[in-house]
Amino acid sequence: MELAFYIAGAVAVVSTVLMLTRLHIVHALLYLIVSLLGVAVVFYMLGASLVAALEVIVYAGAIMVLFVFVVMMLNLGAPEAEMEKDWLTPGIWVGPVILAGVLTIEVLYLVRGSTAGLGAGGVEPKQVGIALFGPYLIGVELASVLLLAGLVGAYHLGYRKIEKREIRHVADIDEGRAATGRDLVLPGADRPARTA
Amino acid sequence: MSLEVMLNAAGLAFVVAGARWHQADAQVMFLFILAMAAAEVSVGLAMVLEIYHRFKSLDVDKLSEMRG
Repeated sequence: MELAFYIAGAVAVVSTVLMLTRLHIVHALLYLIVSLLGVAVVFYMLGASLVAALEVIVYAGAIMVLFVFVVMMLNLGAPEAEMEKDWLTPGIWVGPVILAGVLTIEVLYLVRGSTAGLGAGGVEPKQVGIALFGPYLIGVELASVLLLAGLVGAYHLGYRKIEKREIRHVADIDEGRAATGRDLVLPGADRPARTA
Repeated sequence: MSLEVMLNAAGLAFVVAGARWHQADAQVMFLFILAMAAAEVSVGLAMVLEIYHRFKSLDVDKLSEMRG
């Protein structure tokens, strides 16, 4: 059991070092995902199963998808497409796949064995929930405010102003009424006739 | 991305200490770190996109409009 813990830790450390030394950002992202999964396994073996699950779902799931999405979005165009094809040669997958395979075997081994974690030092999710919504309630509220601020900030930064051309309706202005001599003005009556 | 690694390391330290002394507070702190990382990533990536659209480049040295 301890050996599995050390293997997971070694996978996390090795993949982090490899991530920091990659030159291409896509390769670094692959290693970072493996690193996060390794840390999640370490959490699970420390008895913090809730945090392990959240690490996989939020970090490796949501945040990394966001990273990959933005990185891929920034590389548009034909020369970059060639470059990406260059980046994603099959050989690149070998390193992350080996490390992830080690983690997978380890998780399967852990799930088959009924024991969870090193010793009995685990903190159950129920205790975490009681602590979270008891003494740390104000922290939860602050986190929600922070997330809302992040949401609004990201929206504001990503907002691109759409040029609005205001086409004034002829019936809205008095000149239109005066020109046609009646109140009922057909929409588009003052515009030049469309010719095919 | 390096920021993510650093935040993760801090969270790992919290959880290890919590497992050592059987405290639930550590995991609560990790949840806060998680929320903070999510907010920071969203804002940071939006800024990166904006910089890319404005300067057509991600070279930090080109962002020298505001000369101090």
